[in-house]
Amino acid sequence: MNIRPYGDAALLLDCGDLEEAQAWFAALRHEAEVVLGARTVLVRGEPSSLRALVGRTTPQDPTTAASSPLVEVPVTYDGPDLVEVADLTGLSRDEVVAAHTGAPWTVAFGGFAPGFSYLVGGDPRLAVRRRSSPRTSVPAGSVGLAGEFSGVYPRASPGGWQLIGRTSLQMWDTSRDQPALLTPGTIVRFVTG
Amino acid sequence: MSLVVVQTGLLSLVQDSGRPGLGHLGVSTSGAFDRVALRQVNAVLGNAADAAVIEAIGGGLALRATEAHVVAVTGAAGPVTIDGRQAAYGRALRLAAGQQLELGTAVTGLRTYVAVAGGLDVGRELGSAATDTLAGLGPPPLAVGDELPTGRPSALPEVDDVPPLGIAGDMTLDVVLGPRDDWFEPDAMRRLLDEPWQVSGASDRVGVRLTGPTLDRSRAGELPSEPCVRGSVQVAADGQPIVFGPDHPVTGGYPVIAVVVDAHTDRLAQARPGQVIRFRRRP
Repeated sequence: MNIRPYGDAALLLDCGDLEEAQAWFAALRHEAEVVLGARTVLVRGEPSSLRALVGRTTPQDPTTAASSPLVEVPVTYDGPDLVEVADLTGLSRDEVVAAHTGAPWTVAFGGFAPGFSYLVGGDPRLAVRRRSSPRTSVPAGSVGLAGEFSGVYPRASPGGWQLIGRTSLQMWDTSRDQPALLTPGTIVRFVTG
Repeated sequence: MSLVVVQTGLLSLVQDSGRPGLGHLGVSTSGAFDRVALRQVNAVLGNAADAAVIEAIGGGLALRATEAHVVAVTGAAGPVTIDGRQAAYGRALRLAAGQQLELGTAVTGLRTYVAVAGGLDVGRELGSAATDTLAGLGPPPLAVGDELPTGRPSALPEVDDVPPLGIAGDMTLDVVLGPRDDWFEPDAMRRLLDEPWQVSGASDRVGVRLTGPTLDRSRAGELPSEPCVRGSVQVAADGQPIVFGPDHPVTGGYPVIAVVVDAHTDRLAQARPGQVIRFRRRP
Protein backbone atom coordinates (compact mmCIF):
# COMPACT_ATOMS: atom_id res chain seq x y z
CA MET A 1 0.00 0.00 0.00
CA ASN A 2 1.26 3.47 -0.95
CA ILE A 3 0.08 6.65 0.71
CA ARG A 4 -0.63 9.32 -1.87
CA PRO A 5 -1.31 13.00 -1.14
CA TYR A 6 -4.91 14.16 -1.63
CA GLY A 7 -5.04 17.92 -1.06
CA ASP A 8 -4.73 19.36 2.43
CA ALA A 9 -7.73 17.60 3.99
CA ALA A 10 -7.37 13.92 3.01
CA LEU A 11 -4.97 11.12 2.07
CA LEU A 12 -5.39 8.38 -0.51
CA LEU A 13 -4.31 4.84 0.32
CA ASP A 14 -3.35 3.25 -2.98
CA CYS A 15 -3.68 -0.52 -2.59
CA GLY A 16 -2.66 -3.38 -4.82
CA ASP A 17 -6.18 -4.68 -5.24
CA LEU A 18 -9.73 -4.38 -3.97
CA GLU A 19 -9.20 -6.87 -1.15
CA GLU A 20 -6.35 -4.86 0.32
CA ALA A 21 -8.40 -1.67 -0.02
CA GLN A 22 -11.32 -3.36 1.76
CA ALA A 23 -8.98 -4.45 4.55
CA TRP A 24 -7.78 -0.86 5.10
CA PHE A 25 -11.36 0.42 4.86
CA ALA A 26 -12.46 -2.09 7.52
CA ALA A 27 -9.57 -1.14 9.81
CA LEU A 28 -10.06 2.63 9.51
CA ARG A 29 -13.83 3.07 9.22
CA HIS A 30 -14.32 3.65 12.95
CA GLU A 31 -11.25 5.87 13.28
CA ALA A 32 -11.85 8.37 10.48
CA GLU A 33 -14.18 9.26 7.63
CA VAL A 34 -13.28 6.85 4.84
CA VAL A 35 -14.55 6.25 1.31
CA LEU A 36 -13.69 3.08 -0.57
CA GLY A 37 -12.77 2.92 -4.25
CA ALA A 38 -11.89 -0.02 -6.49
CA ARG A 39 -8.21 -0.02 -5.42
CA THR A 40 -8.06 2.92 -3.07
CA VAL A 41 -9.31 4.27 0.25
CA LEU A 42 -9.79 8.01 0.77
CA VAL A 43 -9.30 9.05 4.40
CA ARG A 44 -10.47 12.53 5.35
CA GLY A 45 -8.64 14.64 7.89
CA GLU A 46 -5.43 16.51 8.50
CA PRO A 47 -2.79 14.65 6.43
CA SER A 48 0.06 14.44 8.95
CA SER A 49 -2.16 13.07 11.73
CA LEU A 50 -3.70 10.65 9.21
CA ARG A 51 -0.21 9.40 8.29
CA ALA A 52 0.36 8.68 11.99
CA LEU A 53 -3.02 6.93 12.24
CA VAL A 54 -2.30 4.77 9.19
CA GLY A 55 1.16 4.01 10.59
CA ARG A 56 -0.26 2.49 13.76
CA THR A 57 -3.15 0.66 12.02
CA THR A 58 -3.10 -2.92 10.77
CA PRO A 59 -5.40 -3.77 7.87
CA GLN A 60 -8.22 -6.14 8.87
CA ASP A 61 -9.63 -9.06 7.01
CA PRO A 62 -12.95 -7.46 6.01
CA THR A 63 -14.79 -10.78 6.11
CA THR A 64 -13.97 -11.36 9.79
CA ALA A 65 -14.52 -7.74 10.85
CA ALA A 66 -18.25 -8.31 11.25
CA SER A 67 -20.83 -10.79 10.07
CA SER A 68 -21.88 -9.60 6.64
CA PRO A 69 -25.58 -9.02 5.97
CA LEU A 70 -27.11 -11.01 3.12
CA VAL A 71 -29.62 -9.50 0.68
CA GLU A 72 -31.54 -11.54 -1.88
CA VAL A 73 -32.35 -9.58 -5.03
CA PRO A 74 -35.09 -11.07 -7.23
CA VAL A 75 -34.45 -10.32 -10.90
CA THR A 76 -36.50 -10.66 -14.05
CA TYR A 77 -33.83 -11.51 -16.62
CA ASP A 78 -35.20 -9.74 -19.70
CA GLY A 79 -32.65 -6.93 -20.08
CA PRO A 80 -32.04 -5.33 -23.49
CA ASP A 81 -28.37 -6.41 -23.47
CA LEU A 82 -28.88 -10.03 -22.44
CA VAL A 83 -28.27 -11.22 -26.02
CA GLU A 84 -25.16 -9.07 -26.37
CA VAL A 85 -23.79 -10.34 -23.06
CA ALA A 86 -24.41 -13.89 -24.24
CA ASP A 87 -22.51 -13.11 -27.47
CA LEU A 88 -19.63 -11.43 -25.63
CA THR A 89 -19.22 -14.25 -23.11
CA GLY A 90 -19.91 -17.16 -25.43
CA LEU A 91 -22.62 -18.37 -23.08
CA SER A 92 -26.27 -19.02 -23.84
CA ARG A 93 -28.81 -16.63 -22.33
CA ASP A 94 -29.78 -19.28 -19.76
CA GLU A 95 -26.11 -19.78 -18.90
CA VAL A 96 -25.70 -16.02 -18.34
CA VAL A 97 -28.61 -16.12 -15.91
CA ALA A 98 -27.26 -19.24 -14.23
CA ALA A 99 -23.83 -17.60 -13.86
CA HIS A 100 -25.29 -14.38 -12.47
CA THR A 101 -27.43 -16.21 -9.91
CA GLY A 102 -24.98 -19.05 -9.27
CA ALA A 103 -22.37 -17.26 -7.18
CA PRO A 104 -22.86 -14.70 -4.39
CA TRP A 105 -21.63 -11.16 -5.04
CA THR A 106 -20.19 -8.78 -2.45
CA VAL A 107 -20.73 -5.03 -2.29
CA ALA A 108 -17.28 -3.56 -2.83
CA PHE A 109 -17.89 0.17 -2.80
CA GLY A 110 -20.49 2.80 -3.61
CA GLY A 111 -20.39 5.81 -5.86
CA PHE A 112 -21.76 7.08 -9.17
CA ALA A 113 -25.12 7.77 -7.52
CA PRO A 114 -26.63 7.43 -4.03
CA GLY A 115 -27.40 3.78 -3.39
CA PHE A 116 -25.40 2.53 -6.36
CA SER A 117 -23.06 -0.29 -5.35
CA TYR A 118 -20.27 -1.96 -7.26
CA LEU A 119 -20.64 -5.71 -6.68
CA VAL A 120 -17.66 -8.05 -7.06
CA GLY A 121 -16.84 -11.70 -6.63
CA GLY A 122 -19.34 -13.07 -9.14
CA ASP A 123 -18.71 -15.57 -11.90
CA PRO A 124 -15.59 -14.33 -13.77
CA ARG A 125 -17.06 -15.44 -17.12
CA LEU A 126 -19.47 -12.50 -16.86
CA ALA A 127 -16.77 -9.83 -17.23
CA VAL A 128 -17.92 -7.76 -20.21
CA ARG A 129 -17.00 -4.33 -21.51
CA ARG A 130 -19.33 -1.37 -21.08
CA ARG A 131 -21.63 -0.45 -23.94
CA SER A 132 -19.73 1.55 -26.56
CA SER A 133 -22.32 4.30 -26.24
CA PRO A 134 -24.06 4.89 -22.89
CA ARG A 135 -27.84 5.03 -22.78
CA THR A 136 -29.24 8.46 -21.96
CA SER A 137 -31.73 6.90 -19.56
CA VAL A 138 -31.61 3.58 -17.75
CA PRO A 139 -34.73 2.71 -15.70
CA ALA A 140 -34.52 2.36 -11.92
CA GLY A 141 -34.00 -1.25 -10.86
CA SER A 142 -32.02 -2.21 -13.97
CA VAL A 143 -29.43 -4.90 -13.26
CA GLY A 144 -26.21 -4.49 -15.21
CA LEU A 145 -22.70 -5.75 -15.82
CA ALA A 146 -19.52 -3.78 -16.54
CA GLY A 147 -16.00 -5.15 -16.32
CA GLU A 148 -15.65 -7.27 -13.20
CA PHE A 149 -18.70 -5.56 -11.62
CA SER A 150 -22.42 -6.07 -11.40
CA GLY A 151 -24.79 -3.41 -10.10
CA VAL A 152 -28.38 -2.24 -9.79
CA TYR A 153 -29.40 1.27 -10.87
CA PRO A 154 -31.08 2.90 -7.83
CA ARG A 155 -32.93 5.45 -9.94
CA ALA A 156 -33.39 6.35 -13.58
CA SER A 157 -30.12 7.83 -14.85
CA PRO A 158 -27.84 7.76 -17.86
CA GLY A 159 -25.66 4.65 -17.89
CA GLY A 160 -23.29 2.54 -19.93
CA TRP A 161 -23.60 -0.84 -18.24
CA GLN A 162 -24.85 -3.92 -20.08
CA LEU A 163 -28.39 -4.48 -18.81
CA ILE A 164 -29.39 -8.09 -18.25
CA GLY A 165 -32.51 -7.72 -16.09
CA ARG A 166 -34.51 -5.69 -13.59
CA THR A 167 -35.60 -5.87 -9.98
CA SER A 168 -38.50 -4.22 -8.17
CA LEU A 169 -36.48 -3.86 -4.94
CA GLN A 170 -35.95 -0.24 -3.86
CA MET A 171 -32.18 0.17 -3.75
CA TRP A 172 -32.36 3.70 -2.31
CA ASP A 173 -35.08 5.22 -0.15
CA THR A 174 -34.26 8.19 2.07
CA SER A 175 -37.35 7.54 4.20
CA ARG A 176 -35.71 4.33 5.49
CA ASP A 177 -33.34 4.33 8.48
CA GLN A 178 -30.76 2.80 6.16
CA PRO A 179 -31.44 4.53 2.83
CA ALA A 180 -29.07 2.30 0.87
CA LEU A 181 -30.19 -1.34 0.65
CA LEU A 182 -26.64 -2.41 -0.18
CA THR A 183 -23.64 -1.11 1.75
CA PRO A 184 -19.97 -2.19 1.49
CA GLY A 185 -19.53 -5.75 2.71
CA THR A 186 -23.13 -6.83 2.08
CA ILE A 187 -23.42 -10.24 0.38
CA VAL A 188 -25.84 -10.16 -2.56
CA ARG A 189 -27.51 -13.20 -4.04
CA PHE A 190 -29.45 -12.66 -7.26
CA VAL A 191 -32.41 -15.01 -7.73
CA THR A 192 -34.77 -15.42 -10.65
CA GLY A 193 -38.21 -14.09 -9.92
CA MET B 1 -43.79 33.51 8.60
CA SER B 2 -42.56 32.97 5.10
CA LEU B 3 -40.97 34.40 2.00
CA VAL B 4 -42.66 34.03 -1.36
CA VAL B 5 -40.62 33.58 -4.52
CA VAL B 6 -41.66 36.26 -7.04
CA GLN B 7 -38.80 35.68 -9.50
CA THR B 8 -36.22 32.89 -9.38
CA GLY B 9 -33.32 34.41 -11.30
CA LEU B 10 -31.23 31.99 -13.34
CA LEU B 11 -31.04 29.30 -10.64
CA SER B 12 -31.80 29.58 -6.94
CA LEU B 13 -31.28 26.64 -4.60
CA VAL B 14 -31.72 26.00 -0.90
CA GLN B 15 -28.35 25.24 0.70
CA ASP B 16 -26.95 24.67 4.17
CA SER B 17 -23.79 22.91 5.33
CA GLY B 18 -24.80 19.74 3.51
CA ARG B 19 -24.44 16.04 4.29
CA PRO B 20 -20.89 15.32 5.45
CA GLY B 21 -19.82 11.77 6.24
CA LEU B 22 -22.12 9.86 3.88
CA GLY B 23 -19.59 9.11 1.15
CA HIS B 24 -19.90 5.39 1.88
CA LEU B 25 -23.56 5.65 0.75
CA GLY B 26 -22.57 7.36 -2.49
CA VAL B 27 -23.70 10.75 -1.15
CA SER B 28 -21.48 13.82 -1.48
CA THR B 29 -21.40 16.61 1.08
CA SER B 30 -23.16 19.09 -1.23
CA GLY B 31 -24.27 22.24 0.68
CA ALA B 32 -23.29 25.84 -0.01
CA PHE B 33 -20.58 26.11 -2.66
CA ASP B 34 -19.25 29.23 -0.89
CA ARG B 35 -19.18 28.13 2.75
CA VAL B 36 -17.63 31.43 3.80
CA ALA B 37 -20.65 33.34 2.47
CA LEU B 38 -22.99 30.86 4.20
CA ARG B 39 -21.29 31.39 7.56
CA GLN B 40 -21.23 35.16 7.11
CA VAL B 41 -24.85 35.55 6.11
CA ASN B 42 -26.01 33.45 9.05
CA ALA B 43 -23.68 35.26 11.47
CA VAL B 44 -25.12 38.64 10.46
CA LEU B 45 -28.60 37.43 11.45
CA GLY B 46 -27.66 35.46 14.56
CA ASN B 47 -28.69 32.21 12.87
CA ALA B 48 -27.04 28.84 13.47
CA ALA B 49 -23.94 28.66 11.24
CA ASP B 50 -25.54 25.90 9.16
CA ALA B 51 -29.06 27.38 8.82
CA ALA B 52 -30.62 26.90 5.38
CA VAL B 53 -30.28 29.86 3.01
CA ILE B 54 -30.75 30.56 -0.70
CA GLU B 55 -27.80 30.25 -3.10
CA ALA B 56 -28.68 32.35 -6.15
CA ILE B 57 -26.85 32.59 -9.44
CA GLY B 58 -27.24 35.12 -12.24
CA GLY B 59 -29.25 37.83 -10.46
CA GLY B 60 -32.99 38.37 -10.71
CA LEU B 61 -34.11 36.54 -7.56
CA ALA B 62 -37.04 38.40 -5.97
CA LEU B 63 -38.65 37.46 -2.64
CA ARG B 64 -41.72 38.97 -0.98
CA ALA B 65 -42.15 38.95 2.80
CA THR B 66 -45.57 37.76 4.00
CA GLU B 67 -44.88 39.36 7.38
CA ALA B 68 -42.08 41.47 8.83
CA HIS B 69 -38.78 39.66 8.29
CA VAL B 70 -35.10 40.41 8.69
CA VAL B 71 -32.89 39.25 5.82
CA ALA B 72 -29.28 39.63 4.68
CA VAL B 73 -27.30 39.18 1.47
CA THR B 74 -23.66 38.06 1.13
CA GLY B 75 -21.44 36.39 -1.48
CA ALA B 76 -21.11 37.85 -4.97
CA ALA B 77 -21.23 41.64 -5.13
CA GLY B 78 -24.19 43.11 -6.97
CA PRO B 79 -27.16 45.40 -6.58
CA VAL B 80 -29.65 44.66 -3.78
CA THR B 81 -32.95 46.51 -3.63
CA ILE B 82 -36.00 46.58 -1.37
CA ASP B 83 -39.08 47.74 -3.29
CA GLY B 84 -36.73 49.21 -5.88
CA ARG B 85 -34.63 51.20 -3.41
CA GLN B 86 -30.97 50.32 -3.01
CA ALA B 87 -30.26 48.31 0.14
CA ALA B 88 -27.02 47.53 1.94
CA TYR B 89 -24.96 44.46 1.33
CA GLY B 90 -23.74 42.21 4.15
CA ARG B 91 -25.92 43.51 6.98
CA ALA B 92 -29.37 42.87 8.48
CA LEU B 93 -32.17 44.38 6.37
CA ARG B 94 -35.72 44.82 7.63
CA LEU B 95 -38.53 43.85 5.29
CA ALA B 96 -42.04 44.98 6.23
CA ALA B 97 -44.96 42.73 5.30
CA GLY B 98 -45.44 42.89 1.55
CA GLN B 99 -42.03 44.34 0.79
CA GLN B 100 -39.90 42.78 -1.89
CA LEU B 101 -36.16 42.03 -1.86
CA GLU B 102 -34.54 41.77 -5.26
CA LEU B 103 -31.03 40.88 -6.43
CA GLY B 104 -29.49 42.43 -9.52
CA THR B 105 -26.85 40.75 -11.65
CA ALA B 106 -23.59 40.27 -9.74
CA VAL B 107 -20.74 42.49 -10.89
CA THR B 108 -18.02 40.54 -9.06
CA GLY B 109 -18.34 36.88 -8.15
CA LEU B 110 -21.12 34.54 -9.19
CA ARG B 111 -23.12 33.18 -6.26
CA THR B 112 -25.16 35.34 -3.90
CA TYR B 113 -26.49 34.08 -0.56
CA VAL B 114 -29.77 35.29 0.90
CA ALA B 115 -30.68 34.37 4.47
CA VAL B 116 -33.66 35.16 6.65
CA ALA B 117 -33.46 35.53 10.42
CA GLY B 118 -34.51 32.14 11.79
CA GLY B 119 -33.35 30.33 8.67
CA LEU B 120 -35.46 28.67 6.00
CA ASP B 121 -37.54 25.92 7.56
CA VAL B 122 -37.79 23.56 4.60
CA GLY B 123 -37.83 19.77 4.70
CA ARG B 124 -34.59 17.89 5.28
CA GLU B 125 -33.37 14.78 3.54
CA LEU B 126 -30.59 12.77 5.19
CA GLY B 127 -30.26 15.52 7.78
CA SER B 128 -29.89 18.45 5.41
CA ALA B 129 -32.03 20.85 3.37
CA ALA B 130 -29.30 21.21 0.73
CA THR B 131 -30.12 20.56 -2.90
CA ASP B 132 -27.63 18.09 -4.35
CA THR B 133 -28.03 18.65 -8.07
CA LEU B 134 -26.21 15.45 -9.05
CA ALA B 135 -27.69 13.02 -6.53
CA GLY B 136 -31.21 14.44 -6.69
CA LEU B 137 -31.43 15.02 -2.93
CA GLY B 138 -33.11 17.94 -1.20
CA PRO B 139 -35.71 20.35 -2.51
CA PRO B 140 -36.02 21.17 -6.22
CA PRO B 141 -34.77 24.58 -7.45
CA LEU B 142 -36.93 27.48 -6.32
CA ALA B 143 -39.93 28.16 -8.56
CA VAL B 144 -42.14 31.23 -8.87
CA GLY B 145 -44.88 31.08 -6.25
CA ASP B 146 -42.98 28.87 -3.80
CA GLU B 147 -43.69 29.87 -0.22
CA LEU B 148 -40.61 29.31 1.94
CA PRO B 149 -41.42 28.89 5.65
CA THR B 150 -38.94 30.44 8.06
CA GLY B 151 -37.78 29.43 11.54
CA ARG B 152 -37.92 31.41 14.74
CA PRO B 153 -35.40 34.28 14.68
CA SER B 154 -32.84 34.90 17.43
CA ALA B 155 -31.92 38.37 18.71
CA LEU B 156 -29.91 40.24 16.07
CA PRO B 157 -26.24 40.27 17.01
CA GLU B 158 -24.02 43.36 16.97
CA VAL B 159 -21.73 42.56 14.07
CA ASP B 160 -19.79 44.51 11.50
CA ASP B 161 -20.98 44.66 7.92
CA VAL B 162 -19.61 41.83 5.78
CA PRO B 163 -17.68 42.77 2.63
CA PRO B 164 -18.64 41.11 -0.66
CA LEU B 165 -16.76 38.01 -1.77
CA GLY B 166 -15.56 37.30 -5.27
CA ILE B 167 -12.36 38.42 -6.94
CA ALA B 168 -12.12 40.70 -9.96
CA GLY B 169 -9.35 39.69 -12.36
CA ASP B 170 -7.31 36.50 -12.18
CA MET B 171 -8.05 34.08 -9.37
CA THR B 172 -5.22 32.05 -7.82
CA LEU B 173 -5.97 28.68 -6.24
CA ASP B 174 -3.38 26.74 -4.25
CA VAL B 175 -3.12 23.05 -5.11
CA VAL B 176 -1.38 19.97 -3.75
CA LEU B 177 -0.10 17.90 -6.68
CA GLY B 178 -1.33 14.32 -7.00
CA PRO B 179 -2.59 11.77 -6.26
CA ARG B 180 -2.26 10.84 -9.97
CA ASP B 181 0.32 13.33 -11.22
CA ASP B 182 2.32 10.31 -12.38
CA TRP B 183 -0.33 9.67 -15.05
CA PHE B 184 0.71 12.86 -16.86
CA GLU B 185 3.62 14.04 -18.99
CA PRO B 186 6.02 16.35 -17.12
CA ASP B 187 4.96 19.03 -19.58
CA ALA B 188 1.35 18.70 -18.41
CA MET B 189 2.40 19.47 -14.85
CA ARG B 190 4.24 22.56 -16.05
CA ARG B 191 1.20 23.70 -18.04
CA LEU B 192 -1.15 23.16 -15.12
CA LEU B 193 0.94 25.45 -12.91
CA ASP B 194 2.16 28.01 -15.45
CA GLU B 195 -0.67 28.57 -17.90
CA PRO B 196 -3.88 30.56 -17.41
CA TRP B 197 -7.12 28.54 -17.28
CA GLN B 198 -10.42 29.96 -18.38
CA VAL B 199 -13.66 29.11 -16.57
CA SER B 200 -16.10 27.50 -18.99
CA GLY B 201 -19.78 28.45 -19.15
CA ALA B 202 -20.59 24.74 -18.78
CA SER B 203 -19.52 24.88 -15.12
CA ASP B 204 -21.95 24.06 -12.34
CA ARG B 205 -22.07 22.78 -8.77
CA VAL B 206 -20.81 19.36 -9.87
CA GLY B 207 -17.64 20.82 -11.33
CA VAL B 208 -16.03 23.96 -12.66
CA ARG B 209 -14.79 23.17 -16.15
CA LEU B 210 -11.64 24.88 -17.31
CA THR B 211 -10.30 25.41 -20.81
CA GLY B 212 -6.66 25.86 -21.71
CA PRO B 213 -3.75 23.86 -23.11
CA THR B 214 -4.21 20.09 -23.31
CA LEU B 215 -2.86 18.13 -20.34
CA ASP B 216 -1.38 15.07 -22.01
CA ARG B 217 -1.34 11.78 -20.21
CA SER B 218 1.73 9.59 -20.07
CA ARG B 219 -0.34 6.42 -19.92
CA ALA B 220 -3.51 5.16 -21.55
CA GLY B 221 -6.40 3.27 -20.03
CA GLU B 222 -8.87 4.11 -17.32
CA LEU B 223 -8.21 4.34 -13.64
CA PRO B 224 -10.26 1.96 -11.49
CA SER B 225 -12.89 4.23 -9.85
CA GLU B 226 -11.48 6.12 -6.90
CA PRO B 227 -12.95 8.52 -4.35
CA CYS B 228 -13.03 12.26 -5.09
CA VAL B 229 -13.42 15.37 -2.96
CA ARG B 230 -14.57 18.94 -3.45
CA GLY B 231 -11.48 20.46 -5.10
CA SER B 232 -10.25 17.36 -6.99
CA VAL B 233 -8.83 18.47 -10.35
CA GLN B 234 -9.86 15.64 -12.63
CA VAL B 235 -8.60 15.51 -16.20
CA ALA B 236 -11.09 13.96 -18.62
CA ALA B 237 -10.25 12.19 -21.87
CA ASP B 238 -10.09 15.52 -23.76
CA GLY B 239 -7.17 16.68 -21.61
CA GLN B 240 -9.11 19.55 -20.02
CA PRO B 241 -9.38 19.86 -16.24
CA ILE B 242 -12.57 19.99 -14.20
CA VAL B 243 -12.43 21.06 -10.56
CA PHE B 244 -15.08 19.29 -8.54
CA GLY B 245 -17.62 21.36 -6.62
CA PRO B 246 -19.90 20.40 -3.71
CA ASP B 247 -22.16 18.09 -5.77
CA HIS B 248 -19.25 16.05 -7.21
CA PRO B 249 -19.60 12.32 -7.84
CA VAL B 250 -18.31 10.32 -4.86
CA THR B 251 -16.02 8.25 -7.08
CA GLY B 252 -14.58 8.96 -10.50
CA GLY B 253 -12.65 7.08 -13.17
CA TYR B 254 -10.44 9.85 -14.55
CA PRO B 255 -7.07 10.63 -12.98
CA VAL B 256 -6.91 13.50 -10.48
CA ILE B 257 -3.79 15.54 -11.29
CA ALA B 258 -3.98 17.82 -8.24
CA VAL B 259 -6.34 18.87 -5.46
CA VAL B 260 -7.26 22.47 -4.61
CA VAL B 261 -6.67 23.18 -0.93
CA ASP B 262 -9.94 23.06 0.95
CA ALA B 263 -10.14 26.76 1.90
CA HIS B 264 -9.68 27.84 -1.72
CA THR B 265 -12.58 25.76 -3.04
CA ASP B 266 -14.90 28.49 -1.71
CA ARG B 267 -13.24 31.03 -4.01
CA LEU B 268 -14.07 28.75 -6.89
CA ALA B 269 -17.77 29.21 -6.10
CA GLN B 270 -17.36 32.81 -7.18
CA ALA B 271 -15.46 32.13 -10.43
CA ARG B 272 -17.37 33.58 -13.36
CA PRO B 273 -17.46 32.10 -16.86
CA GLY B 274 -14.50 33.52 -18.77
CA GLN B 275 -12.58 34.41 -15.62
CA VAL B 276 -8.94 33.29 -15.50
CA ILE B 277 -7.78 30.85 -12.85
CA ARG B 278 -4.16 30.16 -12.05
CA PHE B 279 -2.98 27.22 -10.02
CA ARG B 280 -0.11 27.66 -7.60
CA ARG B 281 1.70 24.76 -6.04
CA ARG B 282 1.06 25.05 -2.35
CA PRO B 283 4.16 26.62 -0.81
